[in-house]
Amino acid sequence: MASTANKVVLQDPPRGLERIPLVDNNRNIGWISDAVCRLTEDKVPLWWWISFSISFIFMSILGLMLGYQITTGVGVWGNHHPEMWGWDIINFVWWIGIGHAGTLISAILFLLRQKWRTGVNRAAEAMTIFAVMCAGIFPAVHVGRVWYDWWLFPIPNTYNLWPQFKSPLMWDVFAVSTYFTVSALFWYVGLVPDLAVIRDRAKTKIRKIAYGLLSLGWSGSNRHWSNYEKCYLILAGVSTPLVLSVHSIVSLDFAVSQLPGWHTTIFPPYFVAGAIFSGFGMVLTLLLPLRKLLKLEELITMRHIDLMCKVTLATGSIVGYAYCMEFFIAWYGGNPYERFTFMNRAFGPFGWSYFLMMLCNVITPQFFWFKWCRQNVVFVFIMSIFVNIGMWFERFVIVVTSLHRDFLPSSWGYYMPTWVDIMTYLGTFGLFFTLFLLFLRFAPVIAIGEVKAVTPYADPHHPLGGAKGGHH
Amino acid sequence: MSLKFGMLAEYATPADLMHAAEKIRDAGFRRWDVFSPYPIHGMNQAMGLKNSKVGWFGFTGGVIGYTTGMIMIWWMNAHDYPILVGGKPMFSPHYAFPPSYELTILFTAIGSILGMMFLNRLPKLYNPLFKSERFKLVTHDRYFLVVETTDPKYSEAETRALLESTGTQHIEIVED
Repeated sequence: MASTANKVVLQDPPRGLERIPLVDNNRNIGWISDAVCRLTEDKVPLWWWISFSISFIFMSILGLMLGYQITTGVGVWGNHHPEMWGWDIINFVWWIGIGHAGTLISAILFLLRQKWRTGVNRAAEAMTIFAVMCAGIFPAVHVGRVWYDWWLFPIPNTYNLWPQFKSPLMWDVFAVSTYFTVSALFWYVGLVPDLAVIRDRAKTKIRKIAYGLLSLGWSGSNRHWSNYEKCYLILAGVSTPLVLSVHSIVSLDFAVSQLPGWHTTIFPPYFVAGAIFSGFGMVLTLLLPLRKLLKLEELITMRHIDLMCKVTLATGSIVGYAYCMEFFIAWYGGNPYERFTFMNRAFGPFGWSYFLMMLCNVITPQFFWFKWCRQNVVFVFIMSIFVNIGMWFERFVIVVTSLHRDFLPSSWGYYMPTWVDIMTYLGTFGLFFTLFLLFLRFAPVIAIGEVKAVTPYADPHHPLGGAKGGHH
Repeated sequence: MSLKFGMLAEYATPADLMHAAEKIRDAGFRRWDVFSPYPIHGMNQAMGLKNSKVGWFGFTGGVIGYTTGMIMIWWMNAHDYPILVGGKPMFSPHYAFPPSYELTILFTAIGSILGMMFLNRLPKLYNPLFKSERFKLVTHDRYFLVVETTDPKYSEAETRALLESTGTQHIEIVED
């Protein structure tokens, strides 16, 4: 057959403008299935068991801490007057912010036709869902009497009272629950064709039945792909305004209040940029060791890392700009309370946290202007840890420094977390990594179908896709 | 004797499959389909498919979501149990907007997914094609075309000849 094929001459792009392929070493599409399904089929590696055991222990600690807190009361935390919000809200905002990178990769980059998203979107979406789960725990238990949580939902209760929708906290309930539901649905719709890949490779009866049911009888029919792609496009189209609205609404929990330090109009865009920044930090933290451990360097390539560093740089610079603008407006606005709060934030008793935040969030991403920094995996990993720490401290600065010196100097105080605060936070890492490791073991960690579709083998107009030259 | 479901032709590349689809489309078949491990760009045109109707399901969901949000909030906070808070109006579209916006997105997403599953008749618990051992490679790296026996233009000899002229690697009959 090859002998009858016409010779195809492809014009090479000018030097320096060649596109780096998204799958290294020109791997074909069958190889992609094999490489991705390996972890769900082969013997479980030792590192998986070790990390799973550690995560499981921490998840159990989370259960104990929540049990202690629920049975005893919110007093076991460091929250006290005037610091009525402490680590609970900091951790809530931090975790939910992390989720935003997953949706940015899966939805916004899809709408922008960024083909490199295919290598990282599945793992990033899983990260989103598990991060939102961790986030959701905190507002649910910080109310103190968790058995009344259902009053947050529009369900008729014994007093015939309805939720008060004038409160931004109600907006938050709708934003976060919608975010979780839509992210999970989006993730599952993306998984269906890939679960069918595992189904068709399955050797045992249990796997055949389990993956057969989960993949809904997917057959790869083009009539199905046509509806499927439209559905995927709509999901990306609605997830984009969704992700922008979720952290905007989270920021309104603060900005709608009258408290100096929270009552600012810059909060929605500043929170969204910060969320994406922190999320990319976490994506890098997760994927850099993962690509090594799972031997996926050819699918999550240096180009992917390079591009993610650039997004981190862009969002980090927006965050840095927002910090400066916030400070400028506090001075320029002329409100003495606002001015006091900001001076106190930077030079008061919690000044150390402010400068830690500036160092991690403003200085760290600037290294990514340099190609060497973006290409050095170890360096990127260390920087990504700094981003995670910095963004946690951003929320610490916002919550704690604004509250600890309120209008009456008689009620000023200093905030300290308790051991329960610390162990609860560490426990959510246990929950997150337990779920993430189970995901690695049972689901395809890379969107197999989507990566296949961006290789030259999948393009019917490319010689590797079988094109015979000329117009078909 | 068992019934026959259709004729299955296998191809090695997406380009071969696309050319075959164009031929089958031009021959006027109606009950046929192509199968690939990923959506092939341009295949909808090659098959002569119309734009997917999933968008209408999503749109309907969105309209229902937004109206549900606005009416629910008005009914709960301004009609059934009005509570005056800080002299603010009992109902205002401004404060009702964020939850209604979220419900618009939620219902659009659910509508599109249910619409996609309805149009594709998923979940599908039985598919005769899965009896073919070779068809298992459809999710791996192979491309298939199926002409169903219920198609009015189907004839065992002529359809086989037509498929053979498309550069297929393998033809088999799938039992229902």
